[in-house]
Amino acid sequence: MIESSFAKYSGDNNLPIIQTKNLTYTYPGGTKPAIKDVSLTVEKGDFVILTGPSGCGKTTLCRCFNGLIPHFYSGKLEGELTVGKLNVVDHQIYEMASHVGLVFQNPENQLFALSVEKDVAFGLENLGLPRAEIRKRVDWALQMTGIEELWERAPHELSGGQQQRVAIACVLAMQPEVMVLDEPTSFLDPLGAQKIFEVINELNRKLGITVILVEHRLDLASKYANHVVIMDEGTIVLDGKPREVFDSESARLIGVGIPRATRLWQMLKQNGIRLAGAPVSSEEVIQLLRGVLKRD
Amino acid sequence: MSVFEGFRFRHVSSPIHRLDPRVKFFYVLVIFGVAIAFLEVLPLIFLFLIQIPFVFIASVQREWIRSLKGASFLAILIFVVNFAFGYFGGFYPSSMSPWEYPLAMSLRFLVLVESFSIFFLTTSPDHLSLALEQSHVPYEFCFAFTTAVRFVPVLAEEAQTIMDAQKARGLELEKGNFIKRVRNYIPILIPLIVSAIRRSLDLAEAMESRAWGATEKRTNLYVLKMRSADYTLIAISIGMVLLSIYVRLFITIPSLTTLLT
Amino acid sequence: MIEVKGVYFTYPIGVEALKGVSLTIRDGEFVAIMGSNGAGKTTLVKQFNGLLKPAKGEVLVDGVNTRKVSIASLARKVGFVFQNPDNQLFCETAEEEIAFALKNFGFKEETVKSRVTWALNLLGLTQYRQTSPFMLSGGERKRLALASVLAWEPKVVVLDEPTIGQDFEQKERLRQFIVQLNAQGKTVIIVTHDVEFVAECGPRVVLMAEGKIVADGNAKEILTDKELAFKASIVPPQITQIFLGLADFGLPTDVINVHEAGKILFDILKEEVKP
Repeated sequence: MIESSFAKYSGDNNLPIIQTKNLTYTYPGGTKPAIKDVSLTVEKGDFVILTGPSGCGKTTLCRCFNGLIPHFYSGKLEGELTVGKLNVVDHQIYEMASHVGLVFQNPENQLFALSVEKDVAFGLENLGLPRAEIRKRVDWALQMTGIEELWERAPHELSGGQQQRVAIACVLAMQPEVMVLDEPTSFLDPLGAQKIFEVINELNRKLGITVILVEHRLDLASKYANHVVIMDEGTIVLDGKPREVFDSESARLIGVGIPRATRLWQMLKQNGIRLAGAPVSSEEVIQLLRGVLKRD
Repeated sequence: MSVFEGFRFRHVSSPIHRLDPRVKFFYVLVIFGVAIAFLEVLPLIFLFLIQIPFVFIASVQREWIRSLKGASFLAILIFVVNFAFGYFGGFYPSSMSPWEYPLAMSLRFLVLVESFSIFFLTTSPDHLSLALEQSHVPYEFCFAFTTAVRFVPVLAEEAQTIMDAQKARGLELEKGNFIKRVRNYIPILIPLIVSAIRRSLDLAEAMESRAWGATEKRTNLYVLKMRSADYTLIAISIGMVLLSIYVRLFITIPSLTTLLT
Repeated sequence: MIEVKGVYFTYPIGVEALKGVSLTIRDGEFVAIMGSNGAGKTTLVKQFNGLLKPAKGEVLVDGVNTRKVSIASLARKVGFVFQNPDNQLFCETAEEEIAFALKNFGFKEETVKSRVTWALNLLGLTQYRQTSPFMLSGGERKRLALASVLAWEPKVVVLDEPTIGQDFEQKERLRQFIVQLNAQGKTVIIVTHDVEFVAECGPRVVLMAEGKIVADGNAKEILTDKELAFKASIVPPQITQIFLGLADFGLPTDVINVHEAGKILFDILKEEVKP
C-alpha cells in the first residue's frame, strides 16, 4: 500500500523531524546574513505557518530545508540542520528530494513538461524508479490532489490554481515526509488559495506529511496550523501555538497581518470585554460570540 | 505566422500519429535520399504523389497545404534561378528541354518540405523527445527541447504583456525611421531577456528540488515500442530504396519532353 | 470621465471576455473592480487606455472615442500600473526609467528632470536615483513602476492587482498612498481580488463575473451580500463572515471594517460580560 511507505522515517517517532541550531547564512556577495542564529524545532505531523515581513528570511530558510542552500546557492552556511536523520550539509539536493519537497511561488516556472502526468512523473523518473512504480505513484498523486481529469493537459492551458495543484502533486509523488510551500497562493485569488490550503491540509491530516507553509494570507491559512513561526530581519522572533503568537504584542509591532478575527477579539479585550480562548478564524469568533449572546 | 502552422503538431489521433517517430524519421530520410538520386521530373512527381495518402490518413490536410503554400515562394525562386543559369549558361542535360531540370529542382524541394511537414505535423514534441531519449541522445538535450517547446506560448504571452506595458508609457512602435523603429524594440527585448534569466533560475531550483541528477540511469513513464504498423513502414521504406536503386541502374527514365512530344 | 457603453470583447483565441459591459467613472472617483480570476476585470480596464478596443460598443475617455485616437494619447490621460513591474523595467538607472515615459510624451528636458526628482521623492526612492532598477528589491521595483506612471501626472491612475505578493505593512502603506492620491483629485481605479484590502479602503465597488458587471455600488453593500459573493466567486471579508454568522441575533449585516465591528460588539457586550 502506498501510504505505508511514509513510514520511511522509521526512527524514533518522538524525535522532531526538523531541527535547526543557530543556522546562519549569507548569500555570496551579501553584506549581512539573510538568516541569523535560527533555531527551530518542528515535530512530525506539524502544520507550520512561517511568516514575517518581506525580506525577513523565510524564503532563505525554506531553501535550507531541502539543501538548495548550501548546495545550489554557494555562500556560507553555519550551524546545524537535520531533517529526519539527515544532516542537510552532508547530502546532495537529489538525496534530500525524497524527504523534503519544495513548492514554489510561481506556478508557471515549476512545470516543465508538456502534459501534467509527465510533470508529476518527472521527479520519479529522475530517481530511476521502475515504470510500474512511477505509474502507480503518478495516478495516486493526481488522485490525492484532486486533478485526475487534468492528466494529459498542457500546463499552459491550466489556471494558476490548477497549476499549483499540479506542482503539489509533482512533489507529493516523491512521497516526502516534509512539504515546504513558499507563498504558493501569491498569484491566486482567495477561492483558489482556499482550495490549495484545503489540499495541503488533507495531505497533512490523511498522510501525516509535515507541512511548512510560508504565507502572508493569515486570514485564510491560520485555522489549519498548529505551530506558527514569525521571523523578522533574519531571526525568529516568535515561535509557538497560533493563538499565543497571534495574540502577542510583538506580532502586531512587527507588522504581521494577524487574522482579523484575532484582531477583533483583541480589540474587545482591550476595552474590557474578555472572551475565552484566542480565535484565529471567523468560525471560532462566531462560536464564541454565539455562546455569549445566547445568555440574553 | 501561418506558414509555421504547417509544421506545428496537432493533437489528433491517427495511425500516422501513432507511428514510432524513429521509424517516421527513417522514412523521411529515405524520401530525402531517393529525391536526391533522381534528376528527372517523373520520379519526383511520383514521390510527391505517394505521400499524399499519408496526409489524408493523418487528417492534416489544411496545415499541410499551408506549409506548401509557404514553400511555394522558394520553390518558384529555385525554378527561376536554375532556369536562368541553364538557359543562359547552357548548363542543362541535352536530353531535356531547358525547363525540365529547373522543374525537377523545385519539385525536389517541395518533396522535402512535404515530407518534413508531415513528420512534424504528426509527431508530438513529447513523442519526439522520447524517441531522442531512446536513441541515446543525452537527456539534457531532450529536456531542453521539450522545455523550450513548453514555454513558447508563455514567452509569446509575456512579449505581448511587455509590449502593452511599454505602449501604456507612450512607446509608439510604428513611428519613426527604420533605425528608430529598431531602437523602439529595446524596451521590449530587455525585460524579455531579464525575465528569461529569472525564469531559468526558478526552473533550475525546481529541477534540483525534484532530484535532477539523482542517477545516470533515468527511467521514463512511457516507452516507445515498435508495432506491426512500424515494421510495415520500415518495409515500405526499404522497398522504396531497393526500387530506386533498380530504376536508377537499369531503367532509362524518359524525360517529360519526350513523353509530351 | 470614462464612459463604457455596451462593450463586447473577444480575444483572438476565441474567449469572449466582455459581454455587454456599461459603466461610467467620473473624475475623482475611487473605484475597485473586483471578481475572481477570469471575470474580465483586466480586459475591461485595458479598454480605458486603448490597449484593447471593443468589438461592439464604444469607450469614451473625456468624450473621445478610444477607437479614434492612439494608445499613446490615451495613456497620457490614463496611467496604467501593471501587475508585474519587471514587465517594464529596462533602463540603466531609476532616473532614466522614470524619464522614459516623460520623453515619450514630449516633456522638455528641464521638466523631465524636475518631475523625476518629484516622483522619486514621492515614493521614497530618492537615494536610488542612479541605481539600476534591477538592483532594487521587489517592493522597491513596484514603487519605481508606480513612480514612473505618476511622473507624467495622468488624470486617471489604474492599478492592476497592486497587492499581490505584498506583506501587511506594504499593503497598509499602499492603501494610505492610494487614498491620498484620490484625495488629491486623481481618479483611482484598482483591479483586485483582495477583498480585505478593499474592505479597508471602502471605495465604490464594481463586481464582475463571467464578462458582465453583476453589481455596482458601495463597498459595504456589495461585499456583505452573500448571494452576490456566491455568484461572483469571491470570499467576503472575515469581519463580514463573522457578522453574517451572527445575523440571527439581530446584529447588523453590513459590517466590513474591524473598528466598526469592534464598536458594535462592544456596545452590545459591555452589559453582558463584566470582568
